[in-house]
Amino acid sequence: MKFVDEYRNSQVAEKYKIAIADTITQPWTVMEVCGGQTHSIVKYGIQELLPDSLTLLHGPGCPVCVTPLEQIDKAIAIAGLEKVIFCSFGDMLRVPGSETNLLTVKAKGGDVRIVYSPMDAIEIAQSCPDKQVVFFAIGFETTAPANAMAIRQTKLNKLRNLSFLISQVIVPPAIQSILESPNNKVDGFLAAGHVCTIMGYEEYEPIVKKYQIPIVVTGFEPMDILQGIYMCVRQLESGKVEVENQYSRSVKKEGNRTAKNIIQEVFEIVPRKWRGVGEIPASGLGLRKEYVDFDAENRFCLNIKFEEKPSPCISGLILQGIKKPRECPEFAISCTPENPLGATMVSSEGACAAYYRYQLTPK
Amino acid sequence: MSDSNPSMDEITCPIPLTQSSIITMAHGGGGKLTRQLIDQIFVPAFGNSQLETNHDSSVIDVGFKKLAYTTDSYVVCPLIFPGGDIGSLAINGTVNDLAMSGAKPLYLTAGFILEEGLPIETLFKIVQSMKKAAAEAEVKIVTGDTKVVDKGKGDGIYINTSGVGAIDHTLEIHPMSVKPGDAILVSGDLGRHGMAIMAARENLGFESPITSDCAALSGMVNELIKAGINLHCLRDLTRGGLATALVEISETANLSITIDDSKLPVDEAVKGACEILGLDPLYVANEGRLVAFVPKEDANQALTIMKSHIHGQNANIIGNVEEKSAKRVILKNALGSSRILDLLSGEQLPRIC
Repeated sequence: MKFVDEYRNSQVAEKYKIAIADTITQPWTVMEVCGGQTHSIVKYGIQELLPDSLTLLHGPGCPVCVTPLEQIDKAIAIAGLEKVIFCSFGDMLRVPGSETNLLTVKAKGGDVRIVYSPMDAIEIAQSCPDKQVVFFAIGFETTAPANAMAIRQTKLNKLRNLSFLISQVIVPPAIQSILESPNNKVDGFLAAGHVCTIMGYEEYEPIVKKYQIPIVVTGFEPMDILQGIYMCVRQLESGKVEVENQYSRSVKKEGNRTAKNIIQEVFEIVPRKWRGVGEIPASGLGLRKEYVDFDAENRFCLNIKFEEKPSPCISGLILQGIKKPRECPEFAISCTPENPLGATMVSSEGACAAYYRYQLTPK
Repeated sequence: MSDSNPSMDEITCPIPLTQSSIITMAHGGGGKLTRQLIDQIFVPAFGNSQLETNHDSSVIDVGFKKLAYTTDSYVVCPLIFPGGDIGSLAINGTVNDLAMSGAKPLYLTAGFILEEGLPIETLFKIVQSMKKAAAEAEVKIVTGDTKVVDKGKGDGIYINTSGVGAIDHTLEIHPMSVKPGDAILVSGDLGRHGMAIMAARENLGFESPITSDCAALSGMVNELIKAGINLHCLRDLTRGGLATALVEISETANLSITIDDSKLPVDEAVKGACEILGLDPLYVANEGRLVAFVPKEDANQALTIMKSHIHGQNANIIGNVEEKSAKRVILKNALGSSRILDLLSGEQLPRIC
């Protein structure tokens, strides 16, 4: 397929494999902060093409995985209400909350629908005026513009029966949080190409300066990732630190101004909890006061007593790059995609699920 | 499609609209309206000497030693989709299950569960589609049943078909017959039915419409057997797609399977749709494709036969069977690395971004 096959070419892969091996002289650890990249790395066996001295860590880049338990519990509570149609992207449905998940709510009679865009929720709200429609607005900067657009449309169209359960997070504070951690092992980052397509990469420059660490804005195809790793290793070996843009076919330094404007108009920066990681200051997006009428948390006056129960799941450590899925004693034993202990085993972008599915590598 | 068959849109339902244009509970009551459905819709479509005996069961003449016997139930939304409908699916699915034993499908039963309020016109179109599919697969529908459920308790129509087929060969076509060294062939492109249904159901509005591959494979299997291909195993690719079929066969045969990603035929539109939605075409359903295990020396001839068949033009040899201690299905990808294919946990769900 055009524009895809070119980026999955074995000869080019071989070239990068050799270039990386020729460049590297000492052990380095590189973290990608995008679930799509994690998925590609494991699906295409990219680790197999890298020298042993290069370790890849999978950061908190899966939007499903980092959505905090409280928000899942709120989603489950709302979805179970009478006269509510709860709309979500598909892979949120299996994520375990404290007691259950959205798929189970659906099986018990809740009207839970998989949608492909927040705009679908607008259509549903318009066609079901006697129902309250709720859209689960989760994700990184990539989903934020479309979600913001849907929220603005809802206000413009005076749709009184549509609201949004917000769990939007942003990447740079998460990178900073990892770098501030005393357990930090990361020498260089691959930044998420699609996040940067929206936001540009100016905001990564102060991070590079402050922490003296290379960041390479990288795409999702195997060739993108190999080239991104190569660029990162080249910086590490030469002692250079800067933001480099591997994904230049999509990313401009300033990002997409229209998308950034709509995010700005609807959302403001707020503190957010990240599942398994805890609260990171200024790491999320919340609705500006002009839009709070469309916040599902206000509309449904949820009174959920949330209590984090002890769990053997180490997804927090995995999301911070401190541990790898195979280092978890529960991995593939008591924690499987059929019975996930944590969100990283659920979404196909989650590191544990990706390892489970693809990296039981044949020996 | 034969020229003598009018298109579905040209056919109108023979039941006068003044009586009832929709299914009511009375259509399942066993009385006059039930009789009317049978006489005016089912018998004219499926008419044959066995069905016309109007008895509780049909008597069929078994002039052969071994029978293949199968049953399957069909639920699909939407009922009519690009490339087929629940009727053609219900015929082809059961015909294909029979064909996978190398049987020549002969007789089918059809059980209908209709939801109150279903337009009779829709039922009529679906029955006509069954008639056409049965004619193409050269099978007779010899007995059937209809029930009606309350509005809201069904999904328009559910159909169950069971079927018998005659086995007129000495091959043991079964996963246990798979041997190390066998070549693995698929009869056509992967994932088209599943993506056609998803695109239609979710109204995804792809520029190039994806049509289902729903088709009967009994003709192709018959040709392979006639040509003397030593078929070790056949499996039609339905729910769970190629990957699921291969994992099941490898587990039963206790052998390792290796397939090559670059040899897998996938239609460009299906590939694109899967890329957009984050789905893996290896796990997406087909309804008119099979995977065949044959001795290496028969592989090229089998491929030629498949390719000469109307439903096998994109057939390809995709891998082989190996004797390894672990019964695994391994996919070699374009980069030269490999990964294991496993069964999915639940359905594939579209990814967020």
